Amino acid sequence: MIPELGQFALVLAALVALVQSIVPLVGAARANARWMAFGSSAAIAQCALIVVAFLTLAYAHIVSDFSVQNVVENSFAAMPLLYKITGVWGNHEGSMLLWVMILAFYGMLIGVFGSNLPRGLKARVLAVQGMVGLGFLTFILATSDPFARLADAPPDGQGLNPLLQDPGLAFHPPFLYLGYVGFSVAFSFAVAALIEGRVDPAWARWVRPWTLAAWSALTLGVAMGSWWAYYTLGWGGWWSWDPVENASLMPWLAGTALLHSAIVVEKRDALKSWTILLAILTFSLSLVGTFLVRSGLTTSVHSFALDPERGIFVLGLLAAATGGALTLYAIRAPSLKVGGLFQPISREGALVLNNLLLSTMCATVFIGTLFPTFLSAIGVTVSVGPPYFNSTFLPLSIPMVAALGVGPLLAWKRADLGGALARLKFAALAMAVVVAGVYAINHRGPLLALPAMAGAIWLIVSAITEIAARIRLGQIPLAHSLTRAAALPRSAWGTMLAHAGVGVMIAGMTGTALWTVERIQAMAPGDSVELAGYQVHLDSVGPVKGPNYDAERGIFTVTRNGKVVTTLTPERRTVHPQEQAVTNIGIHTDFLADIYAVIGEPDPGRPGAYVTRLYHHPLVPWIWVGAVIMVLGGILSLSDRRLRVGAPTRRPVHIHGAVSAE
Amino acid sequence: MRRFLLTLLTCVGLAAPALAVNPDEMLKDPAQETRAEAIGRQLRCPVCKTESIEESDADFTKDLRRVVREQVAAGKTNQQVLDFMHERYGDFILLRPPFKPATWVLWLAPPALLILGGALAFSVMRRRKGADETVPLTAAEKTELEALK
Amino acid sequence: MRRLIFILPILVFVGLVAYFATPLLNQTDPTLIPSPLIDKPVPTFDLPPLPGHQKGLNSADLKGQVQIVNIFASWCIPCRAEAPVLMGLAKTAHVPIRGINQKDKPEDAEAYLRELGDPYTSIGMDADRRVSIDWGAYGAPETFIVDAEGRIRFKQAAPLTQADVRDTILPLLAKLGAK
Repeated sequence: MIPELGQFALVLAALVALVQSIVPLVGAARANARWMAFGSSAAIAQCALIVVAFLTLAYAHIVSDFSVQNVVENSFAAMPLLYKITGVWGNHEGSMLLWVMILAFYGMLIGVFGSNLPRGLKARVLAVQGMVGLGFLTFILATSDPFARLADAPPDGQGLNPLLQDPGLAFHPPFLYLGYVGFSVAFSFAVAALIEGRVDPAWARWVRPWTLAAWSALTLGVAMGSWWAYYTLGWGGWWSWDPVENASLMPWLAGTALLHSAIVVEKRDALKSWTILLAILTFSLSLVGTFLVRSGLTTSVHSFALDPERGIFVLGLLAAATGGALTLYAIRAPSLKVGGLFQPISREGALVLNNLLLSTMCATVFIGTLFPTFLSAIGVTVSVGPPYFNSTFLPLSIPMVAALGVGPLLAWKRADLGGALARLKFAALAMAVVVAGVYAINHRGPLLALPAMAGAIWLIVSAITEIAARIRLGQIPLAHSLTRAAALPRSAWGTMLAHAGVGVMIAGMTGTALWTVERIQAMAPGDSVELAGYQVHLDSVGPVKGPNYDAERGIFTVTRNGKVVTTLTPERRTVHPQEQAVTNIGIHTDFLADIYAVIGEPDPGRPGAYVTRLYHHPLVPWIWVGAVIMVLGGILSLSDRRLRVGAPTRRPVHIHGAVSAE
Repeated sequence: MRRFLLTLLTCVGLAAPALAVNPDEMLKDPAQETRAEAIGRQLRCPVCKTESIEESDADFTKDLRRVVREQVAAGKTNQQVLDFMHERYGDFILLRPPFKPATWVLWLAPPALLILGGALAFSVMRRRKGADETVPLTAAEKTELEALK
Repeated sequence: MRRLIFILPILVFVGLVAYFATPLLNQTDPTLIPSPLIDKPVPTFDLPPLPGHQKGLNSADLKGQVQIVNIFASWCIPCRAEAPVLMGLAKTAHVPIRGINQKDKPEDAEAYLRELGDPYTSIGMDADRRVSIDWGAYGAPETFIVDAEGRIRFKQAAPLTQADVRDTILPLLAKLGAK
């Protein structure tokens, strides 16, 4: 009964989406207030209906209703409750439902919180959201219905992929979709603006919070996926340039570019048609990602079941959405008025450079991911792996890092590059200190560490320098600087955190990529191995039983200079009913480095001994700490009242003259 | 197809252990072992297709790793080992695609896009900049300005 | 000129959709790797026989007539599905089928052949997979057709089905001049 309720709700939601696509659009064209307002009601209704559908599916999973095919294929009676719940979206059908639910959720938010938007724009935005929702709801109902029932309910399910039975599944897809799908709002705004024929600073101000929210969520989602891979897959790797990973990176790169070009539209009424194009492309890349994961076009450990029929449908949706938007762009964008002028050396110029580099990086990932597929269709087989991306993507990040440090210090319209660089002398000094320090500690290590760490500290100190310049630190009495600091808009602090966070991430990536120590050997209980100054002693290996698995657990004691640092308990599990082997890795972190232990198979050559893999990963936590700092920056900026209200607020005039330009 | 799914499942399930190389496979000389691992990281596992042979735990890959290590121990250079595998498995096994007509787009697109994009951005900005030049005042306009002050 | 820039995105996009649609519609199996050894001479090798058998398999055996080479193993499940097809092929095609037994224990291989039949003219034991690697194999079963000059002319890295025999193998054998 309950799943049928969900099925019904889903069909209703599709009908509501249909109406939502048409009525407000016509209303906006005819300036009919009630028809325009209908958009909000429809958006709220659509969201409510899909939430109902989602909850019924979750219910079926929680009570293990094995008459529902989705539950049979992805659940198991003895599975822990957390995984029964997260398993709802651990498969194609359930995750598509999560996808449309988040899409409708954003639509609902626009309907409820978009009171500062002009009625016509809001109506058109909601109409476009409705169209996208309609497309995907139709896709679900036609090819991927999660509520399909089985005539004969089996006694138990087939279980959830053991690799997905992890808290990571609770967080990674929801945040990823909040990001991915969140860019639909920018897309809808862009299409609405093209229909209206007007893009102005007000438009950019309205778009920015939605883009920022989606960007923050996507940053967190991608970072969580990376962390999950690190602590699960056992090779200490956190990014493998896998096609599905790339599919989430591309919208992130485009979304970051969008965030920055929207600033130029808002502040200087320039780069309008480029920003519109980016808004269309960012969400299109999200759609491309959705397509890649489900079509079987690229092989990836990440893909859902290979299914060309679904692939063709999603391709059709992609063609309609992106094709429609780009056609509209070709027709309408030329008539958008050209905006403010600026010199190449200026904040706008730096943002153009930012966009150029990010777009090239995005295009590189796109080509690297998809070109082999295209070649294979014409009979040529080529493979593209991490070495390709390392050779093409990483070099692009060098000018990116350099410009990131200087850009925020440049003035709008026409900037004094020399002055900006002069203010960065502390950053340069910090770079020199770090390079010397790294060389002193690790002169036998890879030389690449020196520029990489220099880049990291450059970003952190230059971000702080920007704040220091704004509060005129050192130029006016400290108390006055602090007053200024307290009055700085939150978005200034948000920017600082986001940029500094990138530096922290780079430091983390460098540390783990270049300074990792690895020890692979056979150990029997009682053996000890030296690892980067620590002693790792294998105490024992014994059997352990879990709710749906049997495992062999190794107990390691890690000491340094005789003092116990930690005890690690990695396991090698066999999960039922699939009888699949998974490892559970023992990790200890002190936020400066990770000690990482894997207990492997028994060693055939030596009875009682096991293959053990021990790693010391310096700075690896900083990858995710850096990402969290970036996200905090995004959230802080989001909480800046000016963004949400959409109009500049009056600020008290300061004792020492006008507040510095932004 | 069935074989593919079976091996994919094996690779996913056993992708769990870290670098899949076992202690008994490793070369005694750490420098040689590091070199062998570096070569292995450039070779795609033909069974799993989504990992390098260093990460794959498939049974077949153990033998591929062994062949790499034997060749390294015998003094072959990195390129020679890569060529050995390339002769037998084709371009697919190289994670770094070779530079040849079929891959020109792959390798040349990033720098080309950067240059083209930069040129486009620059030309757009310069066109704008031209419109911004303030025209100097004529003598008559200057006199008018003085009169207003 | 300015208009052209705005039309570019949709044009590129249409191209991309065609680019995506082609592999989907062609349904090429992304899992099969084409072999670079087609039209090249068979690799040089010399494999020992199964215990108790006289002849093993070496590269010299593969010259002089059109032959089929099949890599198999007792631990390989799809090989079992393929075995009847090979038995049938041995009867109808009158072409020697040579076996490479990959990474197998002799007693297991013997048991496999006893259970499923022995279509092989001779079998070489490839205990460490070295020869399989030389043939560019990455698993089992794999089947090759070698012409009279000792060149590899065909490879299939998937189990043979009756359809494969009918539509691909027999016609190719005929084309290469087998009787």
